Amino acid sequence: MMPQFDVGNIGAYLYELIGWSLSLLGIQASMITFIQKLVGGLVLVNFVLLTPIFTIWLERKFLARFQDRLGPNRVGPYGLFQSFADVVKLITKEDITPAGADKVVYNIGPVLSVVSVIGIWTVIPFASTMVGANINVGILYSVAIGALGTLAIMMGGWSSNNKYALLGAFRTAAQLVSYEVPLIVALLVPTMLAGSMGMNDIVEAQSVWFIISAPIAALVFLVASIAEVGRTPFDLLEAESEIVAGFHIEYSGMKFGLWMLGEFAHAFTISALTAVLFLGGWRGPLVDQFPILGIFYFLAKTYFVYLFTLWIRVTLPRIRIDQMNDLNWKFLVPLSLAMLVMMSVVYKAVPSGVSEAIRSLVLFSANLALIVASLGLLARASRKLQVAEQVNIDMSRARAPANLSALQILLLALGAVAFLAIFVIATQLVLGLTT
Amino acid sequence: MTAMQILFLGVGIAAVLSAMLVVTVRNLIHAALWLVVTLFSVAITFVLLDAGFLATVQVVLYIGAIAILIIFGIMLTRRVMMSDVGPQVNASWWLGALLSILLFATVTWVVLQMDWPSLPTTDLSMTLNELGHSLVDPDKYVLPFELASIMLIVALIGAIAIAWPGKESQ
Repeated sequence: MMPQFDVGNIGAYLYELIGWSLSLLGIQASMITFIQKLVGGLVLVNFVLLTPIFTIWLERKFLARFQDRLGPNRVGPYGLFQSFADVVKLITKEDITPAGADKVVYNIGPVLSVVSVIGIWTVIPFASTMVGANINVGILYSVAIGALGTLAIMMGGWSSNNKYALLGAFRTAAQLVSYEVPLIVALLVPTMLAGSMGMNDIVEAQSVWFIISAPIAALVFLVASIAEVGRTPFDLLEAESEIVAGFHIEYSGMKFGLWMLGEFAHAFTISALTAVLFLGGWRGPLVDQFPILGIFYFLAKTYFVYLFTLWIRVTLPRIRIDQMNDLNWKFLVPLSLAMLVMMSVVYKAVPSGVSEAIRSLVLFSANLALIVASLGLLARASRKLQVAEQVNIDMSRARAPANLSALQILLLALGAVAFLAIFVIATQLVLGLTT
Repeated sequence: MTAMQILFLGVGIAAVLSAMLVVTVRNLIHAALWLVVTLFSVAITFVLLDAGFLATVQVVLYIGAIAILIIFGIMLTRRVMMSDVGPQVNASWWLGALLSILLFATVTWVVLQMDWPSLPTTDLSMTLNELGHSLVDPDKYVLPFELASIMLIVALIGAIAIAWPGKESQ
């Protein structure tokens, strides 16, 4: 049966149309589904691969305006075709494989890095009816596929047969692995608020955007994501003005282009994830009647977040590697853990009968209190540092906490175990009594 | 043959072949990378069996954490990557071969003998919620779950205690 044309639901219409025309050719039903999904995947992959051509131009133009320059303006109107010229240049460049390189691994590395980014788009909902695969573990899946990116960088750095590339890969892997901790903790908050890990369920649960009920989680997620992409202020891994390059020092031509493509596509992807998880995804006025409007709202929010990250990029200077580690382990991780405990307690404390707006307001004020408290702690720490500088005490001793002896650590460990054991027994008793 | 069966066959062959390569290739890094291929093939098998949660956990834990750790370990160990690492088998290789053939024969025999029950047609979309509930249900798995958390805490604190510089080094 020929599908009905519906302008509000054009994606599903095209999908049905392909299935209908294939069934006219007399193809098996399971094969038709397979081909339909293949075509859908092809469209999605090309969207992700072609978007950077536009966003690279956007980024260069936007950055130039911030720095009081014009940016690309020679090729085409407003320099729009500059990226095409760059792509042609990259493709026609000589492709060099260093002597002693592990050829197969060397060639798979950049491809895997792009694949890991494209994979995330499988679960991102463009509109309520337009999502690659609405699996119920969407968030966990995006983390899993992102982990392949770390592997790709290790492969590229090792196979180049260059110790600087290997060192760069280690630095990059260290940053990616450590910033995954606050990232995943921040992802737990939308999961908890929506009661699901499916991306579409999370969007549907945001009658009030999660950035209002969980601003700290949104902030931690965005900061950790920018670190995952490795853009300024976290671009110490491939700092152009200090070192030649990081793990991809030996790559040239389009293989280097693939690393760059992976980075730009990843930057766009984290913006899309932020839009989906915290800014309501495809939600907007009139979206119930015309689901196709969801694409517009989703892309508008994504580009808003993308421009926001660009704004951060031009504003902040590059951080050192010790600052990178400090920011993660001494600020983001404790903050995100405290935020998670606070959010779950407050979320359960609000009675289930109240409206969504009041619940969000309560959560927002709890977040605000935590922000004030952490700012106060930071101010105290910085005052201590200033005092230490004035009286010229050894800086390292002032910054590090008091040294613990082995005995104290042992006591601490025993205390933690005892506390947990008591907790377990108590929960067992309480649960056993109530059920 | 349906598209699903073709996919399953391809993934199964990939898993077995890459698993064999893990133990036969001479280069340790290549062995680790083939291990990643094996683990990924198993994850795809889980997806084909409608076990999406297991598949993603497989990728997060085994590829995202353990495989990366193995590769780190190999790269940071001196002399382990030299090509001259001696013969791949020792004197008792025939014992290993005999045991694996016996194991394979036994498993094949059991699979062929077994009268497999068909799956109950239940809704598989809510299995994730059931898993979460059973982990905190006192009648089910809350005790093992909490014990595992204690083990992890102990391991974390132990790691900190080992890595702590101590007073002498300053």
